[in-house]
Amino acid sequence: MLKKLRSLLLASVIFAVPAAADLVIDVEWVAQPTPVAVVPFGWEGQGPAMPLRVSTVITADLRRSGRFAPVSEDKMLQKPTDGVDVDFQDWSFVGVEAVVVGKVIQTDNDQFTLQFQLFDVFGQRQLVGFRMPNVTRATMRGAAHRAADMIYEKLTGIKGVFGTRVAYVTAKQQGDGRVYSLIISDQDGFNEHTIMESTDPIMSPAWSPDSRQLAYVSFEGNKSSIWVQTLRTGNRFSVSSRPGINGAPSFSPDGRKLVVTLGGVDGNLDIYVLDINSRQTTRLTTHRAIDTEGSWSPDGRYIYFTSDRSGGPQVYRVAATGGTPERVTFEGSYNARPRLSPDGTKLAMVHNDRGNYRIAVMDLERRDLIVLSRGRQDESPSFAPNSDSLIYATREGRNGVLETVSADGLIRQKLAARAGGDVREPVWSPFPRF
Amino acid sequence: MSYLKLLTLLVAAFVFAGCSQNTIPDPEPTDTTYGAEDDMGASTSGMDGGDPYGGESFEEDLTAGELGMVIYFDFDSSEVRPEDQDLVARHAMQLGNSPAVRVRLEGHADERGSREYNIGLGERRAQAVRRMLMIQGVTQDQISTVSFGEERPVAFGSSESDYAQNRRVEFKYVN
Repeated sequence: MLKKLRSLLLASVIFAVPAAADLVIDVEWVAQPTPVAVVPFGWEGQGPAMPLRVSTVITADLRRSGRFAPVSEDKMLQKPTDGVDVDFQDWSFVGVEAVVVGKVIQTDNDQFTLQFQLFDVFGQRQLVGFRMPNVTRATMRGAAHRAADMIYEKLTGIKGVFGTRVAYVTAKQQGDGRVYSLIISDQDGFNEHTIMESTDPIMSPAWSPDSRQLAYVSFEGNKSSIWVQTLRTGNRFSVSSRPGINGAPSFSPDGRKLVVTLGGVDGNLDIYVLDINSRQTTRLTTHRAIDTEGSWSPDGRYIYFTSDRSGGPQVYRVAATGGTPERVTFEGSYNARPRLSPDGTKLAMVHNDRGNYRIAVMDLERRDLIVLSRGRQDESPSFAPNSDSLIYATREGRNGVLETVSADGLIRQKLAARAGGDVREPVWSPFPRF
Repeated sequence: MSYLKLLTLLVAAFVFAGCSQNTIPDPEPTDTTYGAEDDMGASTSGMDGGDPYGGESFEEDLTAGELGMVIYFDFDSSEVRPEDQDLVARHAMQLGNSPAVRVRLEGHADERGSREYNIGLGERRAQAVRRMLMIQGVTQDQISTVSFGEERPVAFGSSESDYAQNRRVEFKYVN
């Protein structure tokens, strides 16, 4: 049997000049965004311009967050690149509350220093001053995102997620069949890398807590199997390929285990914990109903999962060490695919809202459920590592597209695949580790 | 016991009864076959009339393309529809006759709801067909199941009729 299957070395493509983003983005917000200014950065180096317009990246990040309204360049009365040149009167006149200035200095052929300062216009003081001396052409975009994260956190008190990534699956028609791709991109859609491609379906990507590995389900050979792939090398290994269903992997907070769904020859889907090194499994549920979509609580104590033991699918939880499952959701006839926020306070799920499948979030303490999405067929909610927003898949015509929404429902962004194809199952990476 | 097997046995019993007792007029010697072999003493004797029932035994080529390879399911159901039970029975007969042949039952769901839960729904459908095959004598070793959930639709729209085409189990013969 011939099967097209390719694992790309991420390392080999990471140095390539990023092509135009495959994802374009619309933002929509309800809250009043704060006016800020990101002054075009200065350039001290060879050639007429810096390798990447850093201020453009920062501006786009802040705008996309929905919380800031960066003013356009033509409104700026001055364009300083050093803090000492900032005239607070001018910026007060323009009406911005914060100003970012900075520059890129070339120190070697492929070595740059990126420095920036953030000022509070009303308080007339510096809030952040930061310098990154080891930036290369390949890492400059990442450095710009890191600057945006620091600015965002200082101004909002919420950790920024501009430096994070998203994994997702696309399906494209090709001849008589479809090609499924497992893709990782920056969270703004740039730097797309296909890490796995197959003519058989790929499902359920899941990040390891250190964001160095991805677990996923592949149907290569017309049977399901669970794989763990190391992003840097592209190497992968199978952790479960038993008869019947091998599905729904999700890493434990310590990264050593996966919660998985196994069906066996008789097809009774149950939740198991799989030790990645030893491949030993511990069965957590035994009910004859469908038990699937397990996901760890951030403290590692519980596993939340979907079960239709009461009839329709509802969310349950069971102690990670085993025990009697308890039901968590009671509102509505369909609640599935539970995912906890990294701060452990909220539970996201797919919820049937008057015939529409939508993303809902339940506050675990207050137990109230709010519906955050507006589509007919929304799925696969995944929290950002700051717990402040979620990404999910919705449908536009016949294709799946990605949207993010703040956990309060006020700010929404659409990420549409420019290259076409059906985009699904987005999962937000953990915070990068510096 | 499959309906088809039962039917075949009844027809055969009926024909044999006719042969041995000679009370029912035998048909004229034609090229109709009875499924019984000559050395069983089945012979024809020339009488008037012929079979008033037009009874004739038949054999079908079960490997012919007419054997449906897909059955469909109702929303949120893994029950094989009554009209498809014959089809499953014919697959069971074919597999029972050829123990070396294996079948992969591929379960599918429509796109609504959560993907991994839909894998469960597709598997439930494949298992319902598997149980039906095993009850009719197909061995466990001959059957494997896989569920593609909503991942391999045949209809790409979002109407009820698209959904109905996607809720299915496909029989895939492996050798």
